[in-house]
Amino acid sequence: MKEKVVEAIGLKKSFGDLHVLKGVDLELYRGETVVILGKSGAGKSVFIKIMVGLLTQDSGVMRVLGQDVEKLKTKALNTLRLKIGFSFQNSALYDSMTVKENLEFPLVRNIKNLTRKEKDLKIEEMLDSVGLPQTINQMPSELSGGQKKRIGVARTLILNPEIMLYDEPTAGLDPITCMEINNLINEVQDRFRTSSIVITHDLTCAKITGDRMAVLLDGQFRSKGSFQEVFSKAEDQQVKSFYDYNFIES
Amino acid sequence: MAEEADDRKPLLSKKIDKFFKGLADAWSFVRRYFQEAFLPPFEFKELIHQCYRIGVESLPLISLTGFIVGIVFTNQSRPSLSEFGASSWLPSLISIAVVRAMGPLVTALIAAGKVGSSIGAEIGSMKVTEQIDAMEVSATNPFKFLVVTRVTATTIMIPLLVMYTDFVALMGSFLNVNANEMVSLTTFFFQVFESITFLDIWSSVLKSIVFGFTIGIVGCYKGYNSTKGTEGVGRAANSAVVISMFLIFIEELLALQIVNAIRNM
Ligand SMILES: Nc1ncnc2c1ncn2[C@@H]1O[C@H](COP(=O)(O)OP(=O)(O)OP(=O)(O)O)[C@@H](O)[C@H]1O
Ligand SMILES: [Mg+2]
Repeated sequence: MKEKVVEAIGLKKSFGDLHVLKGVDLELYRGETVVILGKSGAGKSVFIKIMVGLLTQDSGVMRVLGQDVEKLKTKALNTLRLKIGFSFQNSALYDSMTVKENLEFPLVRNIKNLTRKEKDLKIEEMLDSVGLPQTINQMPSELSGGQKKRIGVARTLILNPEIMLYDEPTAGLDPITCMEINNLINEVQDRFRTSSIVITHDLTCAKITGDRMAVLLDGQFRSKGSFQEVFSKAEDQQVKSFYDYNFIES
Repeated sequence: MAEEADDRKPLLSKKIDKFFKGLADAWSFVRRYFQEAFLPPFEFKELIHQCYRIGVESLPLISLTGFIVGIVFTNQSRPSLSEFGASSWLPSLISIAVVRAMGPLVTALIAAGKVGSSIGAEIGSMKVTEQIDAMEVSATNPFKFLVVTRVTATTIMIPLLVMYTDFVALMGSFLNVNANEMVSLTTFFFQVFESITFLDIWSSVLKSIVFGFTIGIVGCYKGYNSTKGTEGVGRAANSAVVISMFLIFIEELLALQIVNAIRNM
Protein backbone atom coordinates (compact mmCIF):
# COMPACT_ATOMS: atom_id res chain seq x y z
CA MET A 1 0.00 0.00 0.00
CA LYS A 2 1.37 3.39 -0.97
CA GLU A 3 1.73 6.22 1.52
CA LYS A 4 -1.13 8.71 1.72
CA VAL A 5 0.20 12.27 1.45
CA VAL A 6 -3.20 13.94 1.63
CA GLU A 7 -6.27 12.58 3.35
CA ALA A 8 -9.56 14.42 3.69
CA ILE A 9 -12.27 12.83 5.81
CA GLY A 10 -15.84 14.11 6.00
CA LEU A 11 -14.85 17.68 5.24
CA LYS A 12 -17.60 20.28 5.56
CA LYS A 13 -17.44 23.99 4.82
CA SER A 14 -20.15 26.64 4.59
CA PHE A 15 -20.11 30.38 4.01
CA GLY A 16 -23.20 31.66 5.80
CA ASP A 17 -26.15 29.86 4.22
CA LEU A 18 -24.09 28.55 1.34
CA HIS A 19 -23.03 24.96 2.00
CA VAL A 20 -20.06 24.50 -0.28
CA LEU A 21 -18.53 21.23 0.89
CA LYS A 22 -20.94 18.73 2.43
CA GLY A 23 -18.67 16.04 3.75
CA VAL A 24 -16.03 15.19 1.15
CA ASP A 25 -13.46 12.40 1.33
CA LEU A 26 -10.36 12.21 -0.80
CA GLU A 27 -6.93 10.69 -0.60
CA LEU A 28 -3.81 11.43 -2.59
CA TYR A 29 -1.09 8.77 -2.66
CA ARG A 30 2.59 9.55 -3.04
CA GLY A 31 3.63 10.09 -6.62
CA GLU A 32 0.18 10.16 -8.20
CA THR A 33 -1.87 12.94 -9.77
CA VAL A 34 -5.50 13.33 -8.85
CA VAL A 35 -7.67 15.55 -11.03
CA ILE A 36 -10.61 17.31 -9.41
CA LEU A 37 -13.39 18.18 -11.82
CA GLY A 38 -16.51 20.12 -11.02
CA LYS A 39 -18.78 22.98 -11.89
CA SER A 40 -17.83 26.58 -11.27
CA GLY A 41 -18.53 27.43 -7.67
CA ALA A 42 -18.57 23.76 -6.63
CA GLY A 43 -15.91 24.44 -4.01
CA LYS A 44 -12.80 23.06 -5.69
CA SER A 45 -10.67 26.05 -4.80
CA VAL A 46 -12.09 26.04 -1.29
CA PHE A 47 -11.04 22.40 -0.93
CA ILE A 48 -7.38 23.01 -1.74
CA LYS A 49 -7.31 26.22 0.28
CA ILE A 50 -8.28 24.18 3.32
CA MET A 51 -5.31 21.95 2.51
CA VAL A 52 -2.84 24.81 3.00
CA GLY A 53 -4.69 26.43 5.88
CA LEU A 54 -5.91 29.51 3.96
CA LEU A 55 -9.42 28.49 5.01
CA THR A 56 -10.49 26.26 7.87
CA GLN A 57 -13.21 23.64 7.62
CA ASP A 58 -16.32 23.64 9.80
CA SER A 59 -15.96 19.95 10.53
CA GLY A 60 -14.05 16.91 9.32
CA VAL A 61 -10.33 16.30 9.10
CA MET A 62 -7.73 17.39 6.58
CA ARG A 63 -4.46 15.52 6.97
CA VAL A 64 -1.46 16.53 4.88
CA LEU A 65 1.80 14.58 5.16
CA GLY A 66 0.42 12.99 8.29
CA GLN A 67 -0.43 16.28 10.02
CA ASP A 68 -3.84 17.61 10.89
CA VAL A 69 -3.72 21.03 9.19
CA GLU A 70 -6.38 22.63 11.35
CA LYS A 71 -4.50 21.86 14.58
CA LEU A 72 -1.11 23.21 13.47
CA LYS A 73 0.37 26.31 15.12
CA THR A 74 1.70 29.09 12.86
CA LYS A 75 5.26 27.80 12.82
CA ALA A 76 4.42 24.19 12.08
CA LEU A 77 1.88 25.30 9.50
CA ASN A 78 4.53 27.34 7.73
CA THR A 79 6.90 24.37 7.70
CA LEU A 80 4.16 22.29 6.12
CA ARG A 81 3.31 25.03 3.61
CA LEU A 82 6.87 24.95 2.33
CA LYS A 83 6.31 21.35 1.26
CA ILE A 84 3.23 22.31 -0.74
CA GLY A 85 3.36 24.26 -3.98
CA PHE A 86 0.17 26.19 -4.64
CA SER A 87 -0.35 27.46 -8.17
CA PHE A 88 -3.21 29.95 -8.00
CA GLN A 89 -6.15 30.12 -10.36
CA ASN A 90 -5.17 33.61 -11.53
CA SER A 91 -1.40 33.10 -11.07
CA ALA A 92 -1.24 35.65 -8.22
CA LEU A 93 2.15 36.98 -9.28
CA TYR A 94 3.29 39.96 -7.20
CA ASP A 95 2.67 42.68 -9.71
CA SER A 96 4.96 45.26 -8.17
CA MET A 97 7.93 42.92 -8.63
CA THR A 98 9.80 41.61 -11.67
CA VAL A 99 9.72 37.92 -12.56
CA LYS A 100 13.08 37.51 -10.91
CA GLU A 101 11.94 39.17 -7.69
CA ASN A 102 8.81 37.04 -7.73
CA LEU A 103 10.91 33.89 -7.71
CA GLU A 104 13.36 35.31 -5.21
CA PHE A 105 10.61 36.20 -2.76
CA PRO A 106 9.96 32.72 -1.33
CA LEU A 107 13.60 31.76 -1.74
CA VAL A 108 15.26 34.45 0.39
CA ARG A 109 12.63 34.24 3.09
CA ASN A 110 12.82 30.51 3.58
CA ILE A 111 16.34 29.42 2.78
CA LYS A 112 18.90 31.33 4.79
CA ASN A 113 22.52 32.01 3.84
CA LEU A 114 22.21 31.68 0.10
CA THR A 115 24.85 33.56 -1.85
CA ARG A 116 23.83 35.89 -4.66
CA LYS A 117 25.22 33.37 -7.15
CA GLU A 118 23.35 30.39 -5.74
CA LYS A 119 20.15 32.39 -5.80
CA ASP A 120 20.60 33.47 -9.42
CA LEU A 121 21.47 29.94 -10.45
CA LYS A 122 18.38 28.52 -8.79
CA ILE A 123 16.14 31.18 -10.37
CA GLU A 124 17.59 30.53 -13.81
CA GLU A 125 17.14 26.80 -13.38
CA MET A 126 13.48 27.24 -12.48
CA LEU A 127 12.80 29.59 -15.36
CA ASP A 128 14.47 27.10 -17.68
CA SER A 129 12.32 24.28 -16.41
CA VAL A 130 9.17 26.21 -17.28
CA GLY A 131 10.72 27.30 -20.58
CA LEU A 132 10.74 31.05 -19.97
CA PRO A 133 14.34 32.13 -19.28
CA GLN A 134 13.94 35.30 -21.38
CA THR A 135 11.26 36.82 -19.14
CA ILE A 136 13.53 37.19 -16.12
CA ASN A 137 13.50 40.98 -16.01
CA GLN A 138 9.92 41.53 -17.13
CA MET A 139 7.04 42.70 -15.00
CA PRO A 140 4.01 40.40 -14.65
CA SER A 141 1.86 42.93 -16.50
CA GLU A 142 4.01 42.37 -19.58
CA LEU A 143 3.37 38.61 -19.64
CA SER A 144 0.59 36.70 -21.37
CA GLY A 145 -1.85 34.58 -19.38
CA GLY A 146 0.00 31.36 -20.20
CA GLN A 147 3.36 32.84 -19.30
CA LYS A 148 1.97 34.06 -15.99
CA LYS A 149 0.74 30.54 -15.22
CA ARG A 150 4.19 29.12 -15.89
CA ILE A 151 5.98 31.73 -13.81
CA GLY A 152 3.48 30.99 -11.04
CA VAL A 153 4.43 27.32 -11.29
CA ALA A 154 8.14 28.19 -11.30
CA ARG A 155 7.67 30.29 -8.16
CA THR A 156 6.07 27.41 -6.33
CA LEU A 157 8.63 24.88 -7.58
CA ILE A 158 11.58 26.86 -6.33
CA LEU A 159 11.24 25.49 -2.81
CA ASN A 160 11.11 21.85 -4.02
CA PRO A 161 7.61 21.02 -2.78
CA GLU A 162 6.49 17.42 -2.24
CA ILE A 163 2.93 18.20 -3.21
CA MET A 164 1.81 20.44 -6.08
CA LEU A 165 -1.66 21.96 -6.22
CA TYR A 166 -2.68 23.40 -9.58
CA ASP A 167 -5.85 25.50 -9.57
CA GLU A 168 -7.19 25.52 -13.13
CA PRO A 169 -3.81 25.63 -14.85
CA THR A 170 -5.27 25.73 -18.35
CA ALA A 171 -8.28 27.99 -17.87
CA GLY A 172 -8.54 30.72 -20.46
CA LEU A 173 -5.65 29.47 -22.60
CA ASP A 174 -5.54 28.43 -26.24
CA PRO A 175 -5.28 24.68 -27.05
CA ILE A 176 -1.57 24.82 -27.90
CA THR A 177 -0.63 26.59 -24.68
CA CYS A 178 -2.93 24.20 -22.79
CA MET A 179 -0.95 21.29 -24.22
CA GLU A 180 2.30 22.95 -23.15
CA ILE A 181 0.98 23.41 -19.63
CA ASN A 182 -0.22 19.80 -19.50
CA ASN A 183 3.22 18.62 -20.53
CA LEU A 184 4.78 20.92 -17.97
CA ILE A 185 2.65 19.35 -15.24
CA ASN A 186 3.77 15.88 -16.30
CA GLU A 187 7.41 16.96 -16.54
CA VAL A 188 7.31 18.47 -13.06
CA GLN A 189 5.82 15.23 -11.82
CA ASP A 190 8.66 13.18 -13.34
CA ARG A 191 11.48 15.52 -12.52
CA PHE A 192 10.64 16.61 -9.01
CA ARG A 193 8.81 13.44 -7.89
CA THR A 194 5.84 15.38 -6.62
CA SER A 195 2.34 14.23 -5.84
CA SER A 196 -0.21 16.54 -7.43
CA ILE A 197 -3.78 17.69 -7.37
CA VAL A 198 -4.96 19.34 -10.57
CA ILE A 199 -8.23 21.27 -10.63
CA THR A 200 -9.66 21.71 -14.09
CA HIS A 201 -12.74 21.88 -16.31
CA ASP A 202 -10.68 20.70 -19.21
CA LEU A 203 -11.03 16.96 -19.82
CA THR A 204 -8.04 16.82 -22.14
CA CYS A 205 -5.93 18.23 -19.37
CA ALA A 206 -7.53 15.74 -16.97
CA LYS A 207 -6.87 12.79 -19.25
CA ILE A 208 -3.25 13.73 -19.93
CA THR A 209 -2.17 14.66 -16.43
CA GLY A 210 -4.38 12.58 -14.13
CA ASP A 211 -3.97 9.09 -12.74
CA ARG A 212 -7.32 9.32 -11.02
CA MET A 213 -10.33 11.62 -11.35
CA ALA A 214 -12.69 12.92 -8.70
CA VAL A 215 -15.84 14.77 -9.71
CA LEU A 216 -17.11 17.33 -7.23
CA LEU A 217 -20.85 17.89 -7.58
CA ASP A 218 -23.25 19.40 -5.06
CA GLY A 219 -20.66 19.46 -2.33
CA GLN A 220 -19.59 15.84 -2.65
CA PHE A 221 -17.23 13.73 -4.71
CA ARG A 222 -19.85 12.00 -6.85
CA SER A 223 -17.58 9.81 -8.88
CA LYS A 224 -13.99 8.68 -8.42
CA GLY A 225 -11.65 6.48 -10.42
CA SER A 226 -9.56 6.40 -13.56
CA PHE A 227 -10.63 8.46 -16.57
CA GLN A 228 -12.13 5.34 -18.17
CA GLU A 229 -13.99 4.32 -15.05
CA VAL A 230 -15.49 7.75 -14.48
CA PHE A 231 -16.57 8.54 -18.01
CA SER A 232 -17.05 5.29 -19.94
CA LYS A 233 -20.06 4.22 -17.94
CA ALA A 234 -21.10 7.59 -16.55
CA GLU A 235 -24.70 7.29 -15.39
CA ASP A 236 -24.88 10.60 -13.60
CA GLN A 237 -26.30 13.16 -16.00
CA GLN A 238 -23.99 15.94 -14.80
CA VAL A 239 -20.86 13.80 -15.06
CA LYS A 240 -21.96 12.80 -18.53
CA SER A 241 -22.51 16.34 -19.68
CA PHE A 242 -18.96 17.15 -18.67
CA TYR A 243 -17.76 14.53 -21.08
CA ASP A 244 -20.16 15.40 -23.86
CA TYR A 245 -19.18 19.04 -23.81
CA ASN A 246 -15.46 18.35 -24.00
CA PHE A 247 -15.44 15.63 -26.61
CA ILE A 248 -18.04 16.53 -29.17
CA GLU A 249 -18.90 13.50 -31.27
CA SER A 250 -19.02 14.25 -34.95
CA MET B 1 -31.22 31.07 15.07
CA ALA B 2 -28.82 33.92 15.50
CA GLU B 3 -29.43 34.99 11.93
CA GLU B 4 -33.18 34.97 12.42
CA ALA B 5 -32.86 37.23 15.42
CA ASP B 6 -30.62 39.44 13.32
CA ASP B 7 -33.31 39.78 10.66
CA ARG B 8 -35.89 41.00 13.12
CA LYS B 9 -33.71 43.81 14.47
CA PRO B 10 -34.57 47.31 13.26
CA LEU B 11 -32.28 48.81 10.65
CA LEU B 12 -30.70 51.36 12.95
CA SER B 13 -29.80 48.74 15.51
CA LYS B 14 -28.19 46.64 12.78
CA LYS B 15 -26.17 49.61 11.63
CA ILE B 16 -24.98 50.31 15.14
CA ASP B 17 -24.02 46.65 15.52
CA LYS B 18 -22.07 46.81 12.30
CA PHE B 19 -20.34 49.99 13.38
CA PHE B 20 -19.13 48.51 16.64
CA LYS B 21 -18.09 45.25 14.99
CA GLY B 22 -16.05 47.30 12.53
CA LEU B 23 -14.53 49.24 15.39
CA ALA B 24 -13.52 46.06 17.23
CA ASP B 25 -12.09 44.70 14.01
CA ALA B 26 -10.05 47.85 13.39
CA TRP B 27 -8.83 47.82 16.96
CA SER B 28 -7.52 44.28 16.65
CA PHE B 29 -5.78 45.31 13.42
CA VAL B 30 -3.99 48.10 15.30
CA ARG B 31 -3.06 45.72 18.11
CA ARG B 32 -1.71 43.24 15.62
CA TYR B 33 0.52 45.98 14.18
CA PHE B 34 2.09 46.60 17.58
CA GLN B 35 2.47 42.88 18.24
CA GLU B 36 4.25 42.22 14.98
CA ALA B 37 6.20 45.45 14.49
CA PHE B 38 8.69 44.64 17.22
CA LEU B 39 9.22 40.93 16.56
CA PRO B 40 11.83 39.67 14.09
CA PRO B 41 12.22 38.98 11.20
CA PHE B 42 12.23 42.63 10.10
CA GLU B 43 11.66 43.61 6.49
CA PHE B 44 14.17 46.48 6.38
CA LYS B 45 14.57 46.50 2.64
CA GLU B 46 10.84 46.86 2.06
CA LEU B 47 10.64 49.52 4.79
CA ILE B 48 13.30 51.64 3.09
CA HIS B 49 11.59 51.13 -0.24
CA GLN B 50 8.27 52.30 1.19
CA CYS B 51 9.83 55.35 2.88
CA TYR B 52 11.39 56.32 -0.40
CA ARG B 53 8.14 55.80 -2.26
CA ILE B 54 6.15 57.93 0.18
CA GLY B 55 8.70 60.71 -0.16
CA VAL B 56 8.72 60.62 -3.94
CA GLU B 57 4.95 60.35 -4.20
CA SER B 58 4.17 63.34 -2.03
CA LEU B 59 7.12 65.68 -2.46
CA PRO B 60 6.06 67.57 -5.61
CA LEU B 61 2.55 68.28 -4.40
CA ILE B 62 3.68 69.16 -0.89
CA SER B 63 6.35 71.55 -2.17
CA LEU B 64 3.89 73.38 -4.34
CA THR B 65 1.13 73.53 -1.74
CA GLY B 66 3.43 74.53 1.10
CA PHE B 67 4.98 77.30 -0.93
CA ILE B 68 1.67 78.71 -2.08
CA VAL B 69 0.13 78.48 1.38
CA GLY B 70 3.08 80.48 2.71
CA ILE B 71 2.69 83.22 0.12
CA VAL B 72 -1.10 83.43 0.28
CA PHE B 73 -1.33 83.35 4.04
CA THR B 74 1.24 86.12 4.37
CA ASN B 75 -0.48 88.21 1.80
CA GLN B 76 -3.90 87.79 3.36
CA SER B 77 -2.72 88.53 6.89
CA ARG B 78 -0.94 91.75 5.97
CA PRO B 79 -3.96 94.13 5.82
CA SER B 80 -5.21 93.19 9.31
CA LEU B 81 -1.78 93.65 10.83
CA SER B 82 -1.13 96.87 8.93
CA GLU B 83 -4.30 98.34 10.36
CA PHE B 84 -2.58 98.33 13.74
CA GLY B 85 0.74 99.30 12.25
CA ALA B 86 2.04 95.86 13.15
CA SER B 87 3.09 94.43 9.83
CA SER B 88 6.57 93.87 11.27
CA TRP B 89 4.98 91.06 13.23
CA LEU B 90 4.18 89.14 10.07
CA PRO B 91 7.08 86.65 10.37
CA SER B 92 6.09 85.80 13.95
CA LEU B 93 2.45 85.35 13.07
CA ILE B 94 3.21 83.21 10.03
CA SER B 95 5.74 81.02 11.80
CA ILE B 96 3.35 80.26 14.62
CA ALA B 97 0.51 79.49 12.25
CA VAL B 98 2.68 77.33 10.00
CA VAL B 99 4.50 75.34 12.67
CA ARG B 100 1.58 74.85 15.00
CA ALA B 101 -1.20 74.08 12.57
CA MET B 102 -0.83 74.55 8.85
CA GLY B 103 2.34 72.58 8.22
CA PRO B 104 1.17 69.35 9.86
CA LEU B 105 -2.39 69.68 8.61
CA VAL B 106 -1.56 70.48 5.00
CA THR B 107 1.05 67.71 4.82
CA ALA B 108 -1.19 65.14 6.44
CA LEU B 109 -4.17 65.93 4.24
CA ILE B 110 -2.11 65.76 1.08
CA ALA B 111 -0.43 62.55 2.18
CA ALA B 112 -3.82 61.07 3.06
CA GLY B 113 -4.94 61.78 -0.49
CA LYS B 114 -1.77 60.68 -2.24
CA VAL B 115 -0.22 58.01 -0.05
CA GLY B 116 -3.26 56.72 1.83
CA SER B 117 -5.23 56.07 -1.33
CA SER B 118 -2.32 54.36 -3.07
CA ILE B 119 -1.71 52.09 -0.07
CA GLY B 120 -5.41 51.23 0.07
CA ALA B 121 -5.57 50.49 -3.64
CA GLU B 122 -2.34 48.52 -3.74
CA ILE B 123 -3.08 46.27 -0.80
CA GLY B 124 -6.70 45.98 -1.89
CA SER B 125 -5.73 44.74 -5.33
CA MET B 126 -3.19 42.35 -3.81
CA LYS B 127 -5.98 40.99 -1.67
CA VAL B 128 -8.50 40.44 -4.46
CA THR B 129 -5.95 38.92 -6.83
CA GLU B 130 -4.86 36.46 -4.12
CA GLN B 131 -1.33 37.84 -3.92
CA ILE B 132 -1.72 38.05 -0.15
CA ASP B 133 -2.79 34.40 -0.06
CA ALA B 134 0.21 33.56 -2.23
CA MET B 135 2.54 35.17 0.31
CA GLU B 136 0.88 33.27 3.08
CA VAL B 137 1.29 29.89 1.40
CA SER B 138 4.94 30.60 0.73
CA ALA B 139 5.32 30.82 4.51
CA THR B 140 5.80 34.58 4.57
CA ASN B 141 3.78 36.70 6.93
CA PRO B 142 1.97 39.14 4.60
CA PHE B 143 0.95 41.35 7.51
CA LYS B 144 4.57 41.92 8.35
CA PHE B 145 5.72 42.40 4.79
CA LEU B 146 2.87 44.66 3.65
CA VAL B 147 1.23 46.28 6.66
CA VAL B 148 4.01 46.71 9.20
CA THR B 149 6.41 48.17 6.64
CA ARG B 150 3.90 50.63 5.21
CA VAL B 151 2.55 51.85 8.53
CA THR B 152 6.05 52.26 9.95
CA ALA B 153 7.09 54.10 6.81
CA THR B 154 4.26 56.62 6.99
CA THR B 155 4.89 57.09 10.71
CA ILE B 156 8.52 57.95 10.02
CA MET B 157 8.04 59.94 6.84
CA ILE B 158 5.12 62.23 7.67
CA PRO B 159 7.02 64.07 10.46
CA LEU B 160 9.97 64.56 8.08
CA LEU B 161 7.66 65.80 5.36
CA VAL B 162 6.00 68.15 7.85
CA MET B 163 9.35 69.74 8.66
CA TYR B 164 9.97 70.11 4.98
CA THR B 165 6.55 71.70 4.42
CA ASP B 166 7.17 74.11 7.31
CA PHE B 167 10.41 75.16 5.69
CA VAL B 168 8.93 75.58 2.21
CA ALA B 169 5.95 77.53 3.54
CA LEU B 170 8.23 79.85 5.48
CA MET B 171 10.33 80.38 2.36
CA GLY B 172 7.19 81.32 0.45
CA SER B 173 6.25 83.69 3.20
CA PHE B 174 9.76 85.16 3.23
CA LEU B 175 9.60 85.93 -0.48
CA ASN B 176 6.39 87.84 0.07
CA VAL B 177 7.65 89.67 3.16
CA ASN B 178 10.94 90.43 1.45
CA ALA B 179 9.20 91.95 -1.54
CA ASN B 180 6.87 94.10 0.52
CA GLU B 181 8.68 94.97 3.74
CA MET B 182 12.29 94.57 2.54
CA VAL B 183 13.11 92.24 5.42
CA SER B 184 16.33 90.25 4.97
CA LEU B 185 16.53 86.46 5.22
CA THR B 186 18.44 86.56 8.53
CA THR B 187 16.03 89.02 10.12
CA PHE B 188 13.09 86.97 8.91
CA PHE B 189 14.37 83.70 10.32
CA PHE B 190 15.57 85.39 13.49
CA GLN B 191 12.00 86.52 14.10
CA VAL B 192 10.68 83.09 13.19
CA PHE B 193 12.85 81.29 15.72
CA GLU B 194 12.18 83.96 18.30
CA SER B 195 8.46 83.27 18.23
CA ILE B 196 8.23 79.49 18.05
CA THR B 197 8.77 77.63 21.29
CA PHE B 198 10.10 74.22 22.08
CA LEU B 199 6.56 73.09 22.90
CA ASP B 200 5.43 74.16 19.44
CA ILE B 201 8.05 72.01 17.76
CA TRP B 202 7.51 68.99 19.97
CA SER B 203 3.76 69.07 19.69
CA SER B 204 4.09 69.44 15.94
CA VAL B 205 6.39 66.43 15.67
CA LEU B 206 4.25 64.25 17.95
CA LYS B 207 1.12 65.25 16.11
CA SER B 208 2.71 64.40 12.77
CA ILE B 209 3.71 60.98 14.06
CA VAL B 210 0.09 60.34 14.98
CA PHE B 211 -1.08 61.63 11.58
CA GLY B 212 1.44 59.40 9.80
CA PHE B 213 0.37 56.34 11.75
CA THR B 214 -3.27 57.13 10.99
CA ILE B 215 -2.70 57.43 7.24
CA GLY B 216 -0.75 54.17 7.11
CA ILE B 217 -2.99 52.07 9.29
CA VAL B 218 -6.25 53.25 7.71
CA GLY B 219 -4.94 52.63 4.19
CA CYS B 220 -3.68 49.17 5.10
CA TYR B 221 -6.80 48.24 7.05
CA LYS B 222 -9.12 49.24 4.22
CA GLY B 223 -6.97 47.47 1.63
CA TYR B 224 -6.48 44.33 3.69
CA ASN B 225 -10.22 44.01 4.27
CA SER B 226 -11.40 44.91 0.82
CA THR B 227 -13.91 42.47 -0.60
CA LYS B 228 -13.79 40.62 -3.87
CA GLY B 229 -13.61 42.44 -7.14
CA THR B 230 -12.12 45.57 -8.64
CA GLU B 231 -15.02 47.61 -7.31
CA GLY B 232 -13.87 46.69 -3.80
CA VAL B 233 -10.38 48.03 -4.56
CA GLY B 234 -11.76 51.40 -5.61
CA ARG B 235 -13.91 51.53 -2.52
CA ALA B 236 -10.95 50.65 -0.31
CA ALA B 237 -8.85 53.48 -1.75
CA ASN B 238 -11.69 55.94 -1.48
CA SER B 239 -12.68 55.16 2.09
CA ALA B 240 -9.00 55.12 3.13
CA VAL B 241 -8.82 58.79 2.13
CA VAL B 242 -12.14 59.83 3.62
CA ILE B 243 -11.62 58.07 6.94
CA SER B 244 -8.03 59.17 7.45
CA MET B 245 -8.88 62.80 6.66
CA PHE B 246 -11.75 62.64 9.14
CA LEU B 247 -9.50 61.14 11.82
CA ILE B 248 -6.77 63.70 11.14
CA PHE B 249 -9.17 66.56 11.90
CA ILE B 250 -10.37 64.86 15.08
CA GLU B 251 -6.77 64.30 16.16
CA GLU B 252 -5.93 67.91 15.37
CA LEU B 253 -8.73 69.07 17.67
CA LEU B 254 -7.60 66.75 20.45
CA ALA B 255 -4.00 67.86 20.07
CA LEU B 256 -5.11 71.48 20.30
CA GLN B 257 -6.88 70.81 23.59
CA ILE B 258 -3.93 68.94 25.03
CA VAL B 259 -1.36 71.55 24.01
CA ASN B 260 -3.51 74.36 25.38
CA ALA B 261 -3.84 72.52 28.67
CA ILE B 262 -0.07 72.14 28.86
CA ARG B 263 0.44 75.79 27.99
CA ASN B 264 -1.88 76.91 30.76
CA MET B 265 -0.20 74.81 33.40
N1 LIG C 1 -13.74 33.45 1.36
C1 LIG C 1 -15.00 33.22 0.96
N2 LIG C 1 -16.03 33.85 1.53
C2 LIG C 1 -17.30 33.61 1.14
N3 LIG C 1 -17.63 32.77 0.16
C3 LIG C 1 -16.65 32.12 -0.47
C4 LIG C 1 -15.28 32.31 -0.10
N4 LIG C 1 -14.51 31.53 -0.90
C5 LIG C 1 -15.37 30.88 -1.71
N5 LIG C 1 -16.65 31.23 -1.46
C6 LIG C 1 -17.83 30.70 -2.14
O1 LIG C 1 -17.74 29.29 -2.17
C7 LIG C 1 -18.18 28.79 -3.41
C8 LIG C 1 -17.12 27.87 -4.00
O2 LIG C 1 -16.02 28.66 -4.37
P1 LIG C 1 -14.74 28.06 -5.11
O3 LIG C 1 -13.84 29.21 -5.36
O4 LIG C 1 -14.20 26.93 -4.34
O5 LIG C 1 -15.34 27.54 -6.46
P2 LIG C 1 -14.61 26.70 -7.57
O6 LIG C 1 -15.14 25.32 -7.55
O7 LIG C 1 -13.14 26.86 -7.43
O8 LIG C 1 -15.13 27.43 -8.88
P3 LIG C 1 -14.31 27.95 -10.16
O9 LIG C 1 -14.23 26.80 -11.08
O10 LIG C 1 -15.16 29.03 -10.72
O11 LIG C 1 -13.00 28.43 -9.68
C9 LIG C 1 -18.50 29.98 -4.27
O12 LIG C 1 -19.90 30.12 -4.31
C10 LIG C 1 -17.88 31.15 -3.58
O13 LIG C 1 -18.68 32.28 -3.72
MG1 LIG D 1 -11.68 27.95 -8.28
